Amino acid sequence: MSNENERDEAAENLPDQLGRERLAAPVRRTGMFGARTSGDTSGFGGLLVRGSAPVRSERPFTDPDDPRTADFDRVADDLETALTAIGREAEVERVEVDRGEITFHVRREALLELVRVLRDDPALRYELCTGVVGVHYLEDIGRELHAVYHFRSITHNSEIRVETTCPDADPRIPSIVSAYPTNDWHEREAWDFFGIVFDGHPALTRIQMPDDWHGHPQRKDYPLGGIPVEYRGATVPPPDERRSYT
Amino acid sequence: MTVTEDYIDASGGDWDDVIEKAQGTSAERLVVNMGPQHPSTHGVLRLILTLDGETCTEARVAIGYLHTGIEKNMEYRTWTQGTTFVTRMDYLTPLFNETAYCLAVEKLLDITDRVPERASVIRVLLMELNRMASHFVAMATFGMELGATTVMTNGFREREMILDIFELVTGLRMNHAYVRPGGVAQDLPPGAVGKVRELLKEMPKRIQTMRKLLDENPVYLARTKDVAYLNLPGCMALGVTGPLVRASGLAWDLRKAKPYCGYEDYEFDVPVSDGGDVYARYRVRIAEMEESLRIIEQCLDKLQPGPVMIEDAKIGWPAKLALGPDGMGNSPDHIAHIMSGSMEALIHHFKLVTEGFRVPAGQAYAAVESAKGELGCYAVSDGGTRPYRVHFRDPSFTHLQAVAAMCEGGTVADVIAAVASIDPVMGGVDR
Repeated sequence: MSNENERDEAAENLPDQLGRERLAAPVRRTGMFGARTSGDTSGFGGLLVRGSAPVRSERPFTDPDDPRTADFDRVADDLETALTAIGREAEVERVEVDRGEITFHVRREALLELVRVLRDDPALRYELCTGVVGVHYLEDIGRELHAVYHFRSITHNSEIRVETTCPDADPRIPSIVSAYPTNDWHEREAWDFFGIVFDGHPALTRIQMPDDWHGHPQRKDYPLGGIPVEYRGATVPPPDERRSYT
Repeated sequence: MTVTEDYIDASGGDWDDVIEKAQGTSAERLVVNMGPQHPSTHGVLRLILTLDGETCTEARVAIGYLHTGIEKNMEYRTWTQGTTFVTRMDYLTPLFNETAYCLAVEKLLDITDRVPERASVIRVLLMELNRMASHFVAMATFGMELGATTVMTNGFREREMILDIFELVTGLRMNHAYVRPGGVAQDLPPGAVGKVRELLKEMPKRIQTMRKLLDENPVYLARTKDVAYLNLPGCMALGVTGPLVRASGLAWDLRKAKPYCGYEDYEFDVPVSDGGDVYARYRVRIAEMEESLRIIEQCLDKLQPGPVMIEDAKIGWPAKLALGPDGMGNSPDHIAHIMSGSMEALIHHFKLVTEGFRVPAGQAYAAVESAKGELGCYAVSDGGTRPYRVHFRDPSFTHLQAVAAMCEGGTVADVIAAVASIDPVMGGVDR
């Protein structure tokens, strides 16, 4: 515990660095009260609210006070050992421990090798992949599209998350269907809704939207659509055009 | 309709034309569309089958006919409003959807430990009732598809008993939006516990009747034994969980492996079978219903008086619901308080209801063992009052991928049995 306290103090003594990190974080919100016209006389119109800088957790990942994190150090060690054996240890950009979950941020080039290690290494044995989730971070320039995978080990009763990114300009991520066949439909879904091209997928076609649909509906730059609803003379605009408080 | 030397594509058109053209060709294989409008496809599932006589040589699954954009829509509503969307996904397991979503939101808010005990017990109670209701529909619809209409009428009759309790507790038979981030919408009404006790007394007999109808029924055995076989490695590779993986010999249950809502405090067994076929899945489901009854009984013992919503004025709604002359609404006491008592209370109420609460930025994944398998909810917040992204890993979506593995090489009649044993609900598959 004493070591941790020392480190916390040391971190607190670096306000300059923390400030710079925060300024580098993407802008999440501008102004206040959702006003975009001159109606806002509060003076908050020029306010920039930034998101938090990417979290990079340092060892130890296991917090003795949080039982959910009990095996994180073991998993991180085993994964590092296994990746070092194939010379890919540098491909894990950062590890994030947050809210009792561990996330390995990995470069897309090494994704397939990493998941093979996760599946086959006896110390890891993540037998079950619960699919891939696409997320579109519009303001994360150069890393707009994220693909998030959750893996479950039944042998060790452990759960981890692997996250990889690709830019909008080159939306390619290797498919892991060859290692986890269950991701077939999940990858098709991420392609359908986000336009992430999974290289090596056996048949990457749309799955929910019609085959001739244009665009990828769950991207943040794709409007929700909808029509105004009229009721007794009053008109309610569609949800994405209603006044927002955030 | 296309007729080639190789196959006859009968995916549409008049059957008379198909037969007439088929007689004029030497092609052996027939490509037919099963669905999306077909009573045996559990909603709008479309199967494209290549048949060689009675044998199904290729089965392809097409989905998306019930896609409603729930995930996208949720990004434009507050976190609390999200429950009204998720409850409509897999409409046979609404309370699992709500709980999975709320657990993810609570994880993001870091209030998992502050959810009141009574709320957790009510959640478990309703989820287990819901598990039974879902399994009853699985058996009932399968019975109907086999022509066993008694199984169908019995199954739906038993389910109605459970839906009556849901109606009493939540106000609705389905689409409850009852579980909310921080707890549940309102406490159990008077008479609910008595009604559950009645069910506990009656239900074992009803399950026994179902068992008598099916357990040793030669027709049922002939249609289900060694049909749609899927072994454990197949389940793992295809991401199959829930009753299907337990019917293939693995006692994997998130309620035991990663307990949530206090499941670690309940005594129950995880039914397993190693048959790997349709019959084994039935046996697992019916045994699970008996275990659910055990859990429900323990829930009633655990129900202690107390709050059902987190005691945090920034998250839990201040309004208490009460039954008035014109139906359910905000309690008169609360209305009197905010309208003539406290200006601040009115502001708080207004802000919380119209704007919602802020959720710290980050991501979280919460999974529950739904009646069908692992139902996961992945939620991302950017620090605002609305979800940045919510994704559901619906078990039916994943399981439908196994149709080809289960059906190819079998007869076309077994396709019906295979799909029924997966128990897919298209509302959840397509979202």
